[in-house]
Amino acid sequence: MIIKVCVGSSCHLKGSYDVIEAFKRVLKKYDVEDLVDLQASFCLGHCAKGVNAGCEGIKPAASGSAVQPTDEGFILHGVNEENAEELFANEIYPSLNIN
Amino acid sequence: MEQKLFDTNVQWIKYKVLKEVIRRAYEGGLENAYVEIPKIIVPGPKAELRCCIYKERAVVQERIHMAMGGNKENPNPVQVMETACDECPAAGMMVTDACRGCMMHACKDVCPKDAITIVGHRCVIDRSRCIECGRCAQACPYSAIIAQKRPCMKSCKVKAISINSDDKAVIDNNKCISCGACVYKCPFGAISDRSLVLDIIDILKNSDEGRRYRVYAVVAPAIVSQCRFGRVTQVVTAIRRLGFHQVVEAALGADITLYNEALEFAEKTKADPNAVMTTSCCPAFVSFVEKNFPELKGAVSSSVSPMVMAARLIKSSDPTAKVVFIGPCAAKKGEYTLEKTKGLIDSVMSFEELQAFVDARGIVTTECEDTELDNASYYGRIFAKSGGVAQGVAHVAQELGVEGVRSIAMNGIDQCRTALTLLRAKKQTANFFEGMACDGGCIGGPLCITHSPRNIVDVDEYGNQAKEKGIGGSVELYKLALRREGGEK
Repeated sequence: MIIKVCVGSSCHLKGSYDVIEAFKRVLKKYDVEDLVDLQASFCLGHCAKGVNAGCEGIKPAASGSAVQPTDEGFILHGVNEENAEELFANEIYPSLNIN
Repeated sequence: MEQKLFDTNVQWIKYKVLKEVIRRAYEGGLENAYVEIPKIIVPGPKAELRCCIYKERAVVQERIHMAMGGNKENPNPVQVMETACDECPAAGMMVTDACRGCMMHACKDVCPKDAITIVGHRCVIDRSRCIECGRCAQACPYSAIIAQKRPCMKSCKVKAISINSDDKAVIDNNKCISCGACVYKCPFGAISDRSLVLDIIDILKNSDEGRRYRVYAVVAPAIVSQCRFGRVTQVVTAIRRLGFHQVVEAALGADITLYNEALEFAEKTKADPNAVMTTSCCPAFVSFVEKNFPELKGAVSSSVSPMVMAARLIKSSDPTAKVVFIGPCAAKKGEYTLEKTKGLIDSVMSFEELQAFVDARGIVTTECEDTELDNASYYGRIFAKSGGVAQGVAHVAQELGVEGVRSIAMNGIDQCRTALTLLRAKKQTANFFEGMACDGGCIGGPLCITHSPRNIVDVDEYGNQAKEKGIGGSVELYKLALRREGGEK
């Protein structure tokens, strides 16, 4: 699967680079660096709800208010350095189907 | 929009033609452009500039042609409009009536070629000897000697412009570096950059409002000096309303250019402590080196320009994206078609054209809401001014532990020529050469709307407003893109 962290101007000002760093740490911690491709995107089109992270090739495990389904998967809204791990653990990790 | 928006009346006419062409591309009537637009621009009945309104309208037709892409057979984006060329006199050094045939005749004394004699109480210049050095003009206490040169030829630092048998200006593409200096300097507006705006409109229309593919605008950092009416953040909104999905700073690419250049410098100097390197971000400068200092070609950095790097990052994240560069540069209109650009840039629009586009679509910038623009660091943003790249490389080299950078900023082609001549003669102490073809850097670009001395202040302020103070975050993005391109996962 792919996580695309939005690095458009609006999200960037809200801390995209910190979110990328946070996801990097989390992917390492959960040992899923080979399963999850961390990428950037220039604007996912939800500037007011940033930082946004588009998740592709996966279905959301739960549907919280921070999750919006898309054709490719779903978008996580309002990601920051602090909640990145929690969002990953709740929304992404269970769907990776790791035994 | 008012005329005072632009520095010159030439720009104003160019803008009016562009705006009318763009309006018709959307609202219809493009097929009648050549018949109708000249009458709108030159309503008559009295001619204001040329011999008659019919000549004036013929000149407007040439401007329409340039607005619609110009001569596409000509690889040079900078082209002469023959009808518009007013065949300015180019007699060289000329003695005017102010000459009093004085006793001192300083003119005669300073002439290095003995070209001046005093005949019948008047200075007379022997054209076969005169080398047009201009010393007599400087020496004359009455300012009686003038240099009658064509402004286009005077502006051309690579001597690419000559006069043909019909007295029209001609550009030698083998010498021209497409810097566009003549475009801004010709008082009759007879040399212009080819506009690609109709291609851009097609790209936007075919995107089906982003459903088929997304169109991104990459804007040069010099844009900050161009927003006399409205804020940069409002201009960003205006650009998006034209149909662009997102606006990204070219300065983000500049951050990565700095990183690559610092690493390349380290590599080169490790292999050879006496190695030298020049920047590669200014396409007119790169062309200048290729055409005038071919033996130094190997010293030009292999990094792609910030424009291309920004497009690479965008297309890495969105492979079907189209990217349009918006800037002050005529040479970029040539660079984007070069093989080394690898098709990453789909088209190029000037600041002048952007203004015409926004106005033609009825978008009032000053009434637009603000949209943030922040993708790059302080260092990427100051690429727009002369000295900015050298300053950035010095900083990045220090951060990366690269030692021994002795940089020099070559501001404008004259300085580039001087510094590179010294380098060729092995009389340079510097080993890192920042080359910018336009005086002052990109903020002095020929397709800027304004060339105010304030521009440099704007660039510094804009640099300081960047969220990122260093290039670390930008480099991180680059590494993500590299990993993706390398297909490691």
